[in-house]
Amino acid sequence: MYLIKKKTKLYQNMFSMWVEVPEIAQTVQPGQFVILMTAKKGERIPLTVADYDREEGLVQIVFQAVGKTTEELSCIQEGEYLYSFIGPLGHKTEIGLFGTVVLVGGGTGIACIHPIARGLKEAGNRVIAIIGARNKELIIMEEELKKVSDELIVTTDDGSYGRKGFVTQALKEKLDRDPSIKKIWAIGPPIMMKVTTNLVKSYPVDIIVSLNTIMVDGTGMCGSCRVTIGNETKFVCTDGPEFDGRLVDWDEFMHRNNRYQKEEKESWQHFKDESKCGCKEG
Amino acid sequence: MAKMIDMKERTKREQVPMREQLPSARIHNFEEVPLGYTKEEAIYEAQRCLQCKNPTCMIGCPAEINIPAFIRLVVEEDFEKAYLTILKTDALPAVTGRVCPQEEQCQKECVLNKKGKPIAIGRLERFVADWARENKIKGIEKSDSQKEQKVAVVGSGPAGLTCAADLAKLGYQVTLFEALHKPGGVLVYGIPEFRLPKSIVEYEVAGIEKLGVKVVCNQVIGATKSVESLKKEFDAIFLANGAGAPRFMNIPGENRNDVYSANEFLTRSNLMKAYLFPEYDTPIKIRKKAATIGAGNVAMDAARTALRLGAEQSYIVYRRSRAEVPARAEEVHHAEEEGIVFHFLTLPVKILGDEEGRVTGMECLRMELGEPDESGRRRPVPIPNSNFVLEVDMVIDAIGTMANPIVARSATGVEVNQWGYFKVDKMTRMTTCEGIFAGGDIVRGSATVISAVGDGKFAARAIDEYLLSGKSLRKNS
Ligand code: FES
Repeated sequence: MYLIKKKTKLYQNMFSMWVEVPEIAQTVQPGQFVILMTAKKGERIPLTVADYDREEGLVQIVFQAVGKTTEELSCIQEGEYLYSFIGPLGHKTEIGLFGTVVLVGGGTGIACIHPIARGLKEAGNRVIAIIGARNKELIIMEEELKKVSDELIVTTDDGSYGRKGFVTQALKEKLDRDPSIKKIWAIGPPIMMKVTTNLVKSYPVDIIVSLNTIMVDGTGMCGSCRVTIGNETKFVCTDGPEFDGRLVDWDEFMHRNNRYQKEEKESWQHFKDESKCGCKEG
Repeated sequence: MAKMIDMKERTKREQVPMREQLPSARIHNFEEVPLGYTKEEAIYEAQRCLQCKNPTCMIGCPAEINIPAFIRLVVEEDFEKAYLTILKTDALPAVTGRVCPQEEQCQKECVLNKKGKPIAIGRLERFVADWARENKIKGIEKSDSQKEQKVAVVGSGPAGLTCAADLAKLGYQVTLFEALHKPGGVLVYGIPEFRLPKSIVEYEVAGIEKLGVKVVCNQVIGATKSVESLKKEFDAIFLANGAGAPRFMNIPGENRNDVYSANEFLTRSNLMKAYLFPEYDTPIKIRKKAATIGAGNVAMDAARTALRLGAEQSYIVYRRSRAEVPARAEEVHHAEEEGIVFHFLTLPVKILGDEEGRVTGMECLRMELGEPDESGRRRPVPIPNSNFVLEVDMVIDAIGTMANPIVARSATGVEVNQWGYFKVDKMTRMTTCEGIFAGGDIVRGSATVISAVGDGKFAARAIDEYLLSGKSLRKNS
């Protein structure tokens, strides 16, 4: 059982949790992920590590309640426990000195780019972070990112904060004006990573994406997480989660990620019908 | 009380068959297929045993069970003693009684096998273990002579559990690491409920814990901790993390939505209990016509699971012929009884699909048998232009596994062979690193539960010797 040390609501349905897992906190690196289960009858879901505190033995996850498991997770309170929590899984981000780098984050991906930005900054890169959301409310971790980047650009779809528009528009302007950009990380919803990859295709830059697939074990045993990378089958849990965006078969990845859509809805409905959790009321 | 019967009568008596759930009923549930012996059936069968002075059956038992002794105790109706006799060497009697291929092991060596049917050793073992569980018979207690040395066992499948149990009986401090959230390895994620109820695995694991073994789940050795760091904490290590990486055909369309590896399909159903969705959260998608590629025991498990989950048709697609089928005869028989259709001499070459990524069919080639290959089996060769489309809408790859490198990568000095399996000494199961031993599928490739049990026993004995000689990994590092 794994203790939730701290829980905060970032907005409506987005939460941050610090979980007590000293052994994982000891060795986890930026870019890696964990797999957790809320309860005995739960499913195993992967979440990218948002941050960690080696001294306190804590690992931070950020998630949005968008289905049965994440909804149930959001109902678990500080001082309560998770049934299972394993990691750190996958390869760490390759941090090096590249020059100017851009980190593009959307949704919970904003939290995931934070430790990567910090690592890249520490390695001496000039770090530009671009984060976006639908509106002002949904922008998270702005302060934290400011500290670890040389420049932070915030975009909102409705213009309620920062610049109006999508992250891709801001990225395009940057690329057009700044030829020193060498490498880009895009982490967020699949469609955002796909669009970002398409955008940068005509620029001489590297694009790294972090894929979040449906997993079971997370240790290379089942192949649920498989994707096609440059005509080769790869397992996201053991070969990834970061890949060269240009090589990803995006259509296949998105199809596979939607393969349980119907069941996910059914499961969520079942949860709502049965649930005694009142934490969302009012 | 029952007694031994006349020698002549023993050889005349027919083997007692085991009652089974009817195929028409069992394809709609996940309950066990064979129903086990009653007390009377068990005694009647046990009376057939010749009680040989030099029992050949025992040669064929990697779990080293004193077979004639326990069978005699069944005749004498002392089931408790029979249970303790088995448990002395086999920590998983209800498991091995069900899943061992006895026809190739103990029963093959049985003298009665020469003229008629052998003693049903597996069924008797199962009866004794089930009786003991139902009657809450105390197993073996924690050893009185506790030793100080600590042993780490990586992986809680049959090899790991057996090794841990044997070492604990000798008084060692054993910690068993499991990557998943439940112990049992292939016994919980791989073998379906209808062949091995999970409550039975839980019960036998609990028995091993009572011996003093500390079971730690959710610890991925190679991720959470490295083998290197275990070397500093433990005096010896046994690596039994299983083969565990699925093999795919590498044909076009294999990443479509409705294509599973057998590992994924069975793990969803068995470990995650997708067959109880939505009570359990993990889903599994079943469409109308399922093709399982391969014809081993795992393929039978997958094809039969698909049927129980609601597939209207479940096929086995195998590139060789019936004679080469590697699955146990009993499994094939059960599968056929349930209506699984076998497509022999058929090689899938492409999985067809629609725009949403769903499977719409599988293109195959017909094969014929040519010259024998290096395995001695006749090599299947494709018949030119024999392509045809098998109408299926889901596919399960059950063509075997490969070594999962995650543990090996974190173990410096432990050599693997060209396929990624640990190299070990034939007798001691010691790897190329002194003090680190290995067994089960991560040494043998895909093998059986019982060979893993055997490895666990050999390794436990070698670890005992290693530690008794005063050596320790901790001293080295
Ligand atoms: S999640 Fe099972 S292999 Fe990646």
